[in-house]
Amino acid sequence: MPKSGSTPKISRRTALAGLSASAALLAMPRLGRAADETIRIGFPTPLTGPFAAEARDQVKCAELAVKLANDKGGIGGRKVELLVRDDKLNAGEAATRTLELIEKEKVHAVVGALSSAVQLAVNEVTRARRVIYVSISQSDTINEAKDFSKYTFHEALNPHMTTAAVARQTLKKGMKVAHLVADYAYGHEMLRGFKRAQTAIGADNVGEILHPFGAADYSTFMPRLMSMRPDVLCISNFGRDQANAIKQAVDFGVKQQMKIVVPVILHNQRLAVGPDVFEGVIGGANYYWGLETQSKSAAAFNTAFKAANGGAIPTDYGAYGYSGVGSLLAAMQTAGGTDTDKVVDALEKLQYDLTKGPQHYRKCDHQSVQSVLVLESKKKSAMANDNDLFAILANDTGSDDMLRSCSELGHAT
Amino acid sequence: MDLSLIIMQLLSGIALGAVLVITALGLTIVFGMLGVVNFAHGALFMIGAYAGLYLASLTGSFWWGLLLAPILIGAFGMLIEFVLIRRLYGRSIDDPLLLTFGLSYILVEGVRIVFGSDGIPFPTPPQLIGVLDLGIGFFPRYRLFVIALVAVVLLVLWLTLEKTRIGLIVRAGARDPTIMQVLGVDIGRVWLAIFGLGVGLAALGGVLAGPMRSVNPEMGSLVLAEAFVVTVIGGLGSIVGAVVAGLMVGISISLVALFAPEMATIVMFALMAVVLLIRPQGLFGVRGRTA
Repeated sequence: MPKSGSTPKISRRTALAGLSASAALLAMPRLGRAADETIRIGFPTPLTGPFAAEARDQVKCAELAVKLANDKGGIGGRKVELLVRDDKLNAGEAATRTLELIEKEKVHAVVGALSSAVQLAVNEVTRARRVIYVSISQSDTINEAKDFSKYTFHEALNPHMTTAAVARQTLKKGMKVAHLVADYAYGHEMLRGFKRAQTAIGADNVGEILHPFGAADYSTFMPRLMSMRPDVLCISNFGRDQANAIKQAVDFGVKQQMKIVVPVILHNQRLAVGPDVFEGVIGGANYYWGLETQSKSAAAFNTAFKAANGGAIPTDYGAYGYSGVGSLLAAMQTAGGTDTDKVVDALEKLQYDLTKGPQHYRKCDHQSVQSVLVLESKKKSAMANDNDLFAILANDTGSDDMLRSCSELGHAT
Repeated sequence: MDLSLIIMQLLSGIALGAVLVITALGLTIVFGMLGVVNFAHGALFMIGAYAGLYLASLTGSFWWGLLLAPILIGAFGMLIEFVLIRRLYGRSIDDPLLLTFGLSYILVEGVRIVFGSDGIPFPTPPQLIGVLDLGIGFFPRYRLFVIALVAVVLLVLWLTLEKTRIGLIVRAGARDPTIMQVLGVDIGRVWLAIFGLGVGLAALGGVLAGPMRSVNPEMGSLVLAEAFVVTVIGGLGSIVGAVVAGLMVGISISLVALFAPEMATIVMFALMAVVLLIRPQGLFGVRGRTA
């Protein structure tokens, strides 16, 4: 597709100046009624590519959060609109879309992104333009001082929280641990988290294998992993990579020799390869619908989602879309509008409970402090119905101790 | 590093190569005989996996899926040739390339609409679940079966091409279609059959790969790239080339995975670059060949 700007010789700058002038002219009579203006939230997410299943659930849940707000009469009387864009799991695409959302669509805030590199790209753009960004990607490099800004919020769990919770449930002193890791930011961060937890517990590292991102075949890594003779194999990758890697590990008989553990166990990937393959696999999660027996918020969220989606249940990554948009809207409500500084302030003070229990954004790095679930995939015969995928092994209540300290991330304390 | 590990690694490489060989073979036959670069090959691989899965669940047996999907999708391939590709013979090589490229988008989107964009589980046939003890280590039964089946398919294909009258016509048609027409052979029918065969092989690759991976609408795009690399290394249009290069790529990926796992994907492209530098026509390709 030809890039725009190749035709008539009007420079981008003049065009922008002209546009904003005419926009100002149009907006003039409405100045007194600014409160009526729709609240627009940009939502870039990888609708195409290997994380498409997770992305679609994010959109459904984000739409639900917006719908519920509008049903209640909007935020301070203003309607909310969600502008979804496909970032194609590509950092460049995400940056372009985000820029468009900010400059053309004049969004008041951005929520979204699933992959670590894409999240960094979105954050670059929003930070430079002083627009609030609530990330729902697991990678947390944007919380470190070098990439952080006061406009950056991180709603998702981070690698440190999930790996620590999973390790606590699965590793014991003296156990031998091997790692199969996707060779990009997400994998490296998970590996770092696991190794840190291992050291604390006193388990031994017997080997690490990095695999290319998006690989379809993992058979070539299996003989070597098995020759390491570990008690536990940690597979740190995401989306379809998780499904394929676990499936092929099981084909090679890995489960007879060792326990398979993942930092984040994915609802959709468990569905994609079936119960027999995932049986006994343990992993962390931000959300599982079965939490409804323990949490009123989860029950309410499930009911609302089912009503809006023909009886379907919300998934882990979907819940991020709901709480990411939901927390932002709650802060806008408190701030009495979309004034960025006021909303940032409100987000920092916000105590919210949307899907699973109390959450808040830590002051120094804006990481959401929240509970972490550890789930085990059920045997087919133990499933009560098609949605009964996991058993909840642990539900660790959120606390600041779960996070790396502010000073470790480079923030002034 | 002990020997048994290297042997296990070689075996994984051969199993990986076997699927590459089957998919690259379909691509190279269609190019060699018809001069058509089929960009929909990956999408047809994916369609094959879905068809296999669908037929297997319909009949209750993986084996019917394995047998019927390539035939059915092969027939669909003949329809594509008859309705679309046929009109573009004699034109520049770009025309069928663009046509099939567009077709691949339609196929992928079609599957997304019908089956959704999530992955679907493709269960391994019950007889082939589990591992076989080879004395030096354990290897999945299903992958051993794939190696064996691909060997049989290759043998049948080779015998048909080299030892039968049909094979003779096909080989002659690839050399000089005009003379064949003068001799009274309906070359259109030969081309129809060849395109069907190529597509059938893609579908067979898809069904075979199904139980090793999750089945999803995008599974063909990576396969297309791999199949192209294999055909380029082997020499465009060369059947022997596709077999040798397929196994070579599989084994290289596997051995590199042992020593530098993060390089496992790159090695195939590095191999292609080296072959192109030293022998631009590919290992078994004919120099200066034009479609």
